[in-house]
Amino acid sequence: MLSKVAERIYWSARYLERVEAMARLVSIYDKLLFDLPKQVDLSWYNLIVINSLEEGFNKRYSVRDERNVVKYLIGDDDNISSVVNSLRAIRENIRTTRDVVPADTWEMVNELSMFVEDNLANGLKRSMRHEFLETIIKSCQQIVGLLYVNMTRDEGWEMVLLGQNLERADMTTRNLDAAIAAIVQVADDDFAVNSRQIIWGNVLRALNADQPFRREMRSSIKGTPVVNFLMGNEEFPRAISFCLNKIVTSSERLPKGDDAIQRTNDICKEIALDLQAEEFGEPFRDDLNELQLSLADLHGLIDKAWFQSEH
Amino acid sequence: MSIDWKGYAPAGFFDELFSDQGVSRAEAEPLISYLQSLSDEEVIARKNAAEATIREMGVSFTVYTEGGNIDRAWPFDILPRVIGKSQWDKTAEGLKQRLRALNLFIDDLYHDQKILKDGVVPEFVLKQSSNYRPECEGISPRFGVWAHICGTDLVRDSDGQFYVLEDNLRVPSGVSYMLENRSIMKRVIPEVFENVSIAPVGDYPEHLFDTLAALSPRDVSKPVVVVLTPGIYNSAYFEHAFLAQRMGAELVEGSDLVVLDDDCVYMKTIAGLERVDVVYRRIDDLFLDPEVFHPESVLGVPGLMRAWRAGNVAMANAPGAGVADDKVVYAFVPDIIRYYLDEEPLIPNVETFLCYDDVQRQHVLENLDKLVVKPANESGGYGMLIGPHSTKKERETFADLIKANPRNYIAQPTLALSTAPTLVGKNRVEPRHLDLRPFVLQSADSYVTTGGLTRVAMKKGSLVVNSSQGGGSKDTWIVDTGTGAE
Repeated sequence: MLSKVAERIYWSARYLERVEAMARLVSIYDKLLFDLPKQVDLSWYNLIVINSLEEGFNKRYSVRDERNVVKYLIGDDDNISSVVNSLRAIRENIRTTRDVVPADTWEMVNELSMFVEDNLANGLKRSMRHEFLETIIKSCQQIVGLLYVNMTRDEGWEMVLLGQNLERADMTTRNLDAAIAAIVQVADDDFAVNSRQIIWGNVLRALNADQPFRREMRSSIKGTPVVNFLMGNEEFPRAISFCLNKIVTSSERLPKGDDAIQRTNDICKEIALDLQAEEFGEPFRDDLNELQLSLADLHGLIDKAWFQSEH
Repeated sequence: MSIDWKGYAPAGFFDELFSDQGVSRAEAEPLISYLQSLSDEEVIARKNAAEATIREMGVSFTVYTEGGNIDRAWPFDILPRVIGKSQWDKTAEGLKQRLRALNLFIDDLYHDQKILKDGVVPEFVLKQSSNYRPECEGISPRFGVWAHICGTDLVRDSDGQFYVLEDNLRVPSGVSYMLENRSIMKRVIPEVFENVSIAPVGDYPEHLFDTLAALSPRDVSKPVVVVLTPGIYNSAYFEHAFLAQRMGAELVEGSDLVVLDDDCVYMKTIAGLERVDVVYRRIDDLFLDPEVFHPESVLGVPGLMRAWRAGNVAMANAPGAGVADDKVVYAFVPDIIRYYLDEEPLIPNVETFLCYDDVQRQHVLENLDKLVVKPANESGGYGMLIGPHSTKKERETFADLIKANPRNYIAQPTLALSTAPTLVGKNRVEPRHLDLRPFVLQSADSYVTTGGLTRVAMKKGSLVVNSSQGGGSKDTWIVDTGTGAE
């Protein structure tokens, strides 16, 4: 497989994951804010912080309100991670790899891309937002499903898995980070226990993890079990350890994967160490930040092994 | 209330579907009676469905404007153009004959130049051709074939006869639109396919692959074939991707390939370098290899010509094949056919005046208001003078251009291009002029597409069918009426 094609597939999978995660994050946030007691001062701006987009956002907007945050995350041309821009990137990548992905992929990506551009205004209106985001999420799942049932299990498929799992692992660290940031803001009063539970519950829902969590952990929703589940579980597809194991398996099936495998195993050890913490408060955010840097480093190794050529 | 077919009149030109007002041709009969059964609402619904399909399929071409490049949806008319099978079969033979002769001509030019020595084609035609590549002299591509893929533009004049207007031997495009037009039609008016025996067009990519694979210099069971594209900013990128996908070939850009000291071409893969056997290049000669041609070209591959000359890679079309894609050479093609094949041309040329000849030039200069003047080496319909639609000032400009460089200009009578009913507005049909570009393949075997790409001038009275200048297209049906009559 051509290095350039591999790179485009890898990024298509990453962006596809990012679009779905972003849509999920925004749709969950709505509900989170409704559920929290009025005393809890949780702002939409948190979503900007989780995604490390403060600089770009502040350059563009002075008011950190719901409308601006949602607009920036979904429809902003200047934000490279916005849903519209991620979709454009997928569209451009699929357009240039149409010869290796299932034939319908292009049409479905094209349709989704047109849907989002045509209905952007609905994403900004609270009353229409749910349906708008739901359509995006379902379309992403449809495209991933198309790849899953139709794609030949060759190098291209491994690229899909690498991109998907690396993006997922990264997104899960960001969701955890968001939760802890919110929990730190919760005042230590009568509502605190309830508020914490609502926040952790929403993180689980954002990652489609609430049912698997309950079945696996048999625990009420509290910080320690949630963090352990989302980081350490090896069966749940959005848990970081699961994602990392997948990255190892895919790298083993590809030529020249040694460095990526080595680094991924190191990250697994890093996680085991992080999970030994007694509580997951503010200091744990530094661990998550470290973890994000490690994942970025892993991306660099993937890039070097498969997308760059010495000629 | 449906389309008023009874009132449709061919307006003094040969019409593809109607022989007279309200009288359809035998091969178009089943189509017209089907269309008559559709109400206005159905026609509009199907037109809209076609447009939505095109958007969803992402069939587009790129237009370069000052405001950046725009991907435009492919303009498409849902009323097909119909040609009788027996007439088509004869035309297809003529197209194969023509490409066979042109390939013998190119091969001769890069070797002994017998045709020049025998005085059939004047020597200066070659000397002044901007598409002759001295770098190609003495090279013998497999099967003696240089132009493996040819897009031949055919027109019908008022006599209903097909004429060759142009041979495109460099990087002809449009075949993907021919294929997409058919899939749009199958989605939009599936019923008619049940009742009319329409020859399929879908096997082109297989034939193209076989044509290319036969060129492989290595005797391997699965030769590595790549489509070399200039990239997404090229107006035909959609087609490059489409053909690579349908052939199961790799779509590559220059930066994906490398030529090493062993003079072999390799592509950069995730496992390292992999040898390439056949390059279907969609890049012009002069950008192919910065070692030989434009040194600043970033589209090409340094060393590609070296590898080709060493016989380690095949290129289609071969560099230098464009020498026969010259409007002056065009005027000699009937003689070229007689010279190499000892056969009469099966499809005639359009009458052509060569401006280098004193007598013919005089005729051209005196009749600029009636003729179409074309530069010898332009494509895409640019740099032309259409006499009857020109201003006095434009004619004066062209007279000066011709006098300054007579060799570079040819002139042809303004053709009464044939028409076909085309949907205008919501539910009216009016005649619009069209042409036809079939695609011809040659390597170990020859192949002609079933029909081709019909391009239609969407503006009333216009003769310009190029998509970059407001042209659209129609599906082209080769229909067997079963009677042998046309």
